Amino acid sequence: MSMPYYVAPEQVMKDRAEYAQKGIARGRSLVAIVHAEGIVIVADNPSHSLHKIGEIYDRIAFAGVGKYNEFDQLRVSGIRHADTKGYAYSREDVEARSLANLYAQYLGQVFTNEMKPLEVEILVAELGTELRPNQLYHIAYEGTITDESRFAVLGGETEGIAAVLDEQWQADWNLSAALKAAVGALAGDDRTLRGSQLEVAVLADGFGRRAFRRLDDDEIDGLLDT
Amino acid sequence: MTLPLFSTTDDPGPDFAGLMQRLRVPSGVPATGGTAESTRFRHGTTVVALRFADGVVMAGDRRATEGHSIAHRAMQKVFPADRYSAVAIAGAAGPAVEMVRLFQTQLEHYEKVEGVVLSLEGKANQLSQMVRAHLPMAMQGLAVVPLFAGYDLSRGAGRIFTYDVTGGHYEESEYNATGSGGRDARTTIKLGYRAGLSRDEAVELAIQALYEAADEDSATGGPDLIRGIYPLVATVTASGFESVEEAEVAELFASLIERRRAEGHQP
Repeated sequence: MSMPYYVAPEQVMKDRAEYAQKGIARGRSLVAIVHAEGIVIVADNPSHSLHKIGEIYDRIAFAGVGKYNEFDQLRVSGIRHADTKGYAYSREDVEARSLANLYAQYLGQVFTNEMKPLEVEILVAELGTELRPNQLYHIAYEGTITDESRFAVLGGETEGIAAVLDEQWQADWNLSAALKAAVGALAGDDRTLRGSQLEVAVLADGFGRRAFRRLDDDEIDGLLDT
Repeated sequence: MTLPLFSTTDDPGPDFAGLMQRLRVPSGVPATGGTAESTRFRHGTTVVALRFADGVVMAGDRRATEGHSIAHRAMQKVFPADRYSAVAIAGAAGPAVEMVRLFQTQLEHYEKVEGVVLSLEGKANQLSQMVRAHLPMAMQGLAVVPLFAGYDLSRGAGRIFTYDVTGGHYEESEYNATGSGGRDARTTIKLGYRAGLSRDEAVELAIQALYEAADEDSATGGPDLIRGIYPLVATVTASGFESVEEAEVAELFASLIERRRAEGHQP
């Protein structure tokens, strides 16, 4: 009869964290920036059909990096949460904070209780109103949640990108300036990224109730060239 | 609230109504048995839709009745269903407005989950299923009969669908109207309709139809010049759903009445 080996809890957590980090680091990074005209989310994503960025509700967007099937399931459950809440209460009662908390709870629970942690890092972005500021909620694979008011960087190698943005970020950036900074930071020194290699979406006022909008390749190139 | 996650075999997909069932959120009024008296609940009345060269026009009066009383003078019966379609309702007001809300959510939910917009045909079918699910209540006297119209992006034309209480839906090639004043409205449109109307002509014809319906049917409200309440008119074209400004509607009614007087009719 074989006895199960004893493994220290610290070791279990460390192994799981390492596993998740490795999975996330395999993918490309994603940047979200709050600017004077709204929020722009930029992903280094050459696919035009497998999106990393999605619409959750009127003023809320979702973005994920890591394993596609895992963050896409989270995206869909976010839409379900928001739509049922808006249907049961009212549209203005749907807010990003409660959704971000639910995501954090779920990721934390999977990380501690399941065999395999989710190999994802996600972002919930909310366009502010007169009553609420713009908000970026960054949720890591183990459920750690941080709120950012300037920018968020998701993915494997975020430190370099974050350092660049930290130095450059300005509150009065318009969409074009914020997009250029995001693309520059994602590309690094030895690459240039164009519309066809990028997935870009914005949250901005002026397009009716639903603030979420995808930019097509030409629009991205146009903004990068201004 | 928890995060709504489902196993892959029990996933409702992009179906919002199915999601509500799985989450056990009650939607719609449960059937009770027996027949509801029409004096006890609100009724919405006449709505019309007609095609024109660039799309469709939809219009509805503003009156809600409870039996022989006027229950509400400024009810909304024409709604945007999504960016390229509109839905108008006649019948029991409570379940009708709820059906519109569910329908709007359903279309947006599908679009967000799937990342693509449903085809116009698909939207019409979805509404059909909702009307069908409502049949037990319709049998008790709480019928909801919507009118659905939209711009079909793949065909580049406006299309109109009518429904009956069993959920049957039928495409109309020119125009239709539903509700208690629907017959009068339909006849009015019939007399003035031709293929390829301009937007202004179509809006004017819709307004005329509601005017005549209000003249003949006690449950249909005409333009309320004293309170400044006018029927709601909307167009759906390649540029999407657009409400016609109240000032324009008011002016069209004023000139309609003016014209009648000049022709020697009583308005």
